[in-house]
Amino acid sequence: MAIVKLKDIAQSRSGDKGNIVNVGVFAPNQAIYQVFLEKLTPEKVKEHFAGLVKGEVVRYELPNIFALNFVCKEALDGGGSSSTRLDNLGKCFGSNMLRLEIEVDDYLLKDLNNEVSNHAI
Amino acid sequence: MKKVRIGAAQGFYGDTIEPAVATAEKGNVQYICFDALAELTMAILVKDKRKNENAGFTKDIGLQMRALLPYLKEKRIKLLTNGGGINPVGAQREILRVAKEMGINDLKVAVVTGDNVLDRIPEFEEKGYNLNHIDTGEGIEQVKDRLEFANAYIGARPIVRALEQGADIVVTGRTTDTAQFLAPLIYEFGWGEEEWDKLASGVFMGHLLECSAQSTGGNFSGNWQDIEGFDRMGYPIAEVSENGEFVISKVEDRGGLVTIDTVKEQMLYEIHDPSAYLTPDVIVDLTNVRLENIGPNQVRVTGTRGKPRPDSLKVVMGYEDGYAGQVIVGFSWPDAMQKARKVDEVIRIQLERNGLRYQEVRTDFMGYNALSGPLAHENESELNEVFLRMVVKAKTKQEAAKFSRLFPPLALNGPPSMSGFSGNSAPRALLGMWSTLIPREDIEANLKVEVAEV
Repeated sequence: MAIVKLKDIAQSRSGDKGNIVNVGVFAPNQAIYQVFLEKLTPEKVKEHFAGLVKGEVVRYELPNIFALNFVCKEALDGGGSSSTRLDNLGKCFGSNMLRLEIEVDDYLLKDLNNEVSNHAI
Repeated sequence: MKKVRIGAAQGFYGDTIEPAVATAEKGNVQYICFDALAELTMAILVKDKRKNENAGFTKDIGLQMRALLPYLKEKRIKLLTNGGGINPVGAQREILRVAKEMGINDLKVAVVTGDNVLDRIPEFEEKGYNLNHIDTGEGIEQVKDRLEFANAYIGARPIVRALEQGADIVVTGRTTDTAQFLAPLIYEFGWGEEEWDKLASGVFMGHLLECSAQSTGGNFSGNWQDIEGFDRMGYPIAEVSENGEFVISKVEDRGGLVTIDTVKEQMLYEIHDPSAYLTPDVIVDLTNVRLENIGPNQVRVTGTRGKPRPDSLKVVMGYEDGYAGQVIVGFSWPDAMQKARKVDEVIRIQLERNGLRYQEVRTDFMGYNALSGPLAHENESELNEVFLRMVVKAKTKQEAAKFSRLFPPLALNGPPSMSGFSGNSAPRALLGMWSTLIPREDIEANLKVEVAEV
């Protein structure tokens, strides 16, 4: 087992609607997607964003592209145009998601660099 | 087999037009589509219109038309834009004016109106519709007197009607971000109102194109260092087949990258439930979508599914929500963070002592936690420099403006090496957003398409 930051194994992008921010997290392959399913629970993500996200976190699964979509409610101190935050549109939630650390089996990390050119998902 | 090629232009009000010009020139497209509106954009346009009755559309629309009009006849390209904002008729007039000035004739410009429902709120209340906020369930009473705009998100059908009337350019107000992109497909392929899978595929194509370079390597969280040509990005082009499947690409000699990895990031952007992305034309299900790299900078997209469209349309209203006064001031090494924290403390004491009570006083340390909040790292001790950002939220502009006056004296009275003060800009108006649902017949009955010609 190794402890890895999502930054080293995942992609992530966030966007806003009103006071809600969604964060897409993309695994590089099926095996790591399985790890995400188990480890990246809505509770874990809510805890990770404590202080930024005040409401519920709902998780949606996209096994077809090995991705999870986290919908974070009450996440912008009122919403883009009324928030006093500098990141008032939640653009940095994606990169902040990538700070999260999880445990992954070593053998799953070995061949990751060869998968960049995957043909289809 | 017939294919339709569509190019993306603006992804927001203020986006560059240069990539769309490259697409017009070399992209072999029949349509170029814009998404110029965001929640915040409507508020900006409302303010413009209040100052000048003829304003209220995206001001750069004339410039964009000037850049693209030369290609319309030569390459047989049509332009679809929601840059009409709060004044689509004014935008139509401006486009006609620019065309005339350029000596272009035989050009039909259509306008779609009816999305603006600000004056119809009493009518909706009379009909007994509850205008509760869709996310919070709260009643509208608390904000009703402060509404600045109210617009329904309309779909592709009125734009299709405009194309059927021979329009070369269609300008609208608040459509969904994807309506401009779906409309040409319905028009060209004659898709029926219940061909849900095809309609869904068209919406999803629009979703991948409406944020311009965000699917061609812009804002890419993967190995962004490998993306070439950020200075001259290519915007996405979709080649769509009659069955709805499509291929995303870009003009080859522009910058950026189109791969599964760049496209999939945009796939979930601003999406909530991926099995039920609601639009006026269809409910889109992305959970069976398949992406394939079929060549350099070419990704094929298949498997989008659709479900019957919803019975109501989303209406977004903006309401006045006070003012923010902001100050930014820097501190240098040594003890940069400590100095910034001390000034935060001093300001808060002075606010208390002077009886200045704000709804909110916010402190960020730029260079340390302003974009990450509590998720920032803890190694703050040896920062080379840090900028203290303080923001207050007040009911009035005057109250908000008082805040920055506390800071200048601290340049001489406070901790050492405070520099780079910026707090002289006027307080910024804050705008709350209120989303609700209205039965679609009420909106659709009032939609109008009008064509004018030069």
